[in-house]
Amino acid sequence: MRKFRTIASVGIATAALLALTACNSGSPGSTGGDGDDSSTEDLWEVATDVDLQDSPTYDDMVARDGVVIGVKEDQPGLGYLDPATNERSGFDIDIARWLAASLGFDDDQITFEAIPSANREQAIINGDIDYYVGTYSITDARKEQINFAGPYFVTGQGLLVAADNDTIESDADLTSDVTVCSATGSTPIQNIKDNYDAQTEEFDTYSQCVEALKSGQVDAVTTDEAILIGYAAQEPENLKVVGETFSEERYGIGLPKGDTALTEYFNTVLTDGGDTWQAIFDKNLGASGVTTTQPEVDPVD
Amino acid sequence: MGIIIDNLDLWGDALWGTLVLFFAGAAIALVLGLIVGAMRVSPVPIARAVGTVYVNVVRNTPLTLLFFFFAFGVPLLVGTRVDFLALGIWALGLYTATYVAETIRSGINTVPVGQAEAARALGLTFSQVMTLIVLPQASRSVIPPMMSVLIALLKNTTVAAGFSVLNLGSIRAYLSERGENALGVLLWVMVIFIVLVLLLGWLQRWLEIRWKVTR
Repeated sequence: MRKFRTIASVGIATAALLALTACNSGSPGSTGGDGDDSSTEDLWEVATDVDLQDSPTYDDMVARDGVVIGVKEDQPGLGYLDPATNERSGFDIDIARWLAASLGFDDDQITFEAIPSANREQAIINGDIDYYVGTYSITDARKEQINFAGPYFVTGQGLLVAADNDTIESDADLTSDVTVCSATGSTPIQNIKDNYDAQTEEFDTYSQCVEALKSGQVDAVTTDEAILIGYAAQEPENLKVVGETFSEERYGIGLPKGDTALTEYFNTVLTDGGDTWQAIFDKNLGASGVTTTQPEVDPVD
Repeated sequence: MGIIIDNLDLWGDALWGTLVLFFAGAAIALVLGLIVGAMRVSPVPIARAVGTVYVNVVRNTPLTLLFFFFAFGVPLLVGTRVDFLALGIWALGLYTATYVAETIRSGINTVPVGQAEAARALGLTFSQVMTLIVLPQASRSVIPPMMSVLIALLKNTTVAAGFSVLNLGSIRAYLSERGENALGVLLWVMVIFIVLVLLLGWLQRWLEIRWKVTR
């Protein structure tokens, strides 16, 4: 009898462990782009005669002969690190590479650092990274701590729901019996709290929200539609994006406060880039069927 | 100070979240820990085995994994939607109960075995021996280690921040979004925790003096 109980409890423990590991399988696979993974070099050229004065950040890059860029790594199609191949891909990653090339750094001189949303300002202030490209919305509060170049992309808050959900079709359906999930303390979740009746849940990453959505703990995941499209493209049989966007988010490149020279330099590169921006967009997000054009950059304050 | 005054709404909610997690988690941990501690010294072999397996499995599992299991696994198992605050409280309570059980067991071991034997000789049952003779004596010697367990529980509440429970551990993410300096926020969180833990330390002193016995 005692032996049986021991075996039974070991079995229960094993089942619990299996449940744990099963829950942790929420990381999305790579969407990649459609087609050429081979090289991005033909989209732009590495500059050779860079003339950039009065930029302490650029001086640091030259001194260490390399550039450190903050990015996201859990957003398919935007900023994504493939755990199998260790390759980074996405629209934001290519924008970051393009800007590095405009400063005269080729791909093997770039170090990418994955920085979570809530730590971005501090990483820039501390000088851990030279600049940040990763679904970074330009806001007045952030402008008090850092500089923004751009915007280089404009999107808006959207909704991701289960594929078989037919009650939520737009933000008008976010009533008090609906639970919405997003990243802890993020702008989208605060927008829901301030302007809608829906209940909210918050996790560190969007992947965890998507996991909660699939297990039925929440009814919808909200954040910028560009990010949601990436998840829907991963599992079209389980997830879908619904409705129109209901806010405007303008993605910028985060830079150290006061580095006006580098901010203006990046703005000029974005503005004079010709077809490069469109080529980067088509390569990474074109498969989603969404079409858009490059936004105009803001003048530097 | 501006970080506090400009965001009073959020600090209030966050402090409330921490206190709810702490008190509810402590209630579960103390009750369950007492039961499990008693099971581990009971004369019934099955009770001892269950208590031992529970303590050794749960105490040896990282708290974050337990939270993961509760936040994502339990809703799947029960098949309905469960409030994340309740899940967080249970994760904290069940985890801390193992430490409470071991603390109580160590306290029971400080009571001379002759006390229990004498009580049994008088015809008291096991539960009477425990509640009337052993636990009242054991509780005095477990005050300092029990308070350490509760302090650890208080600080462990911050793990719930990653699992959709607003508390002092998650406030930094909110205030970064409002444009506050992250290090300034963390300094204030530290100050609040030091004050809360000092209060527990004061409670410990008070209990020690109140329950003091001369041996």
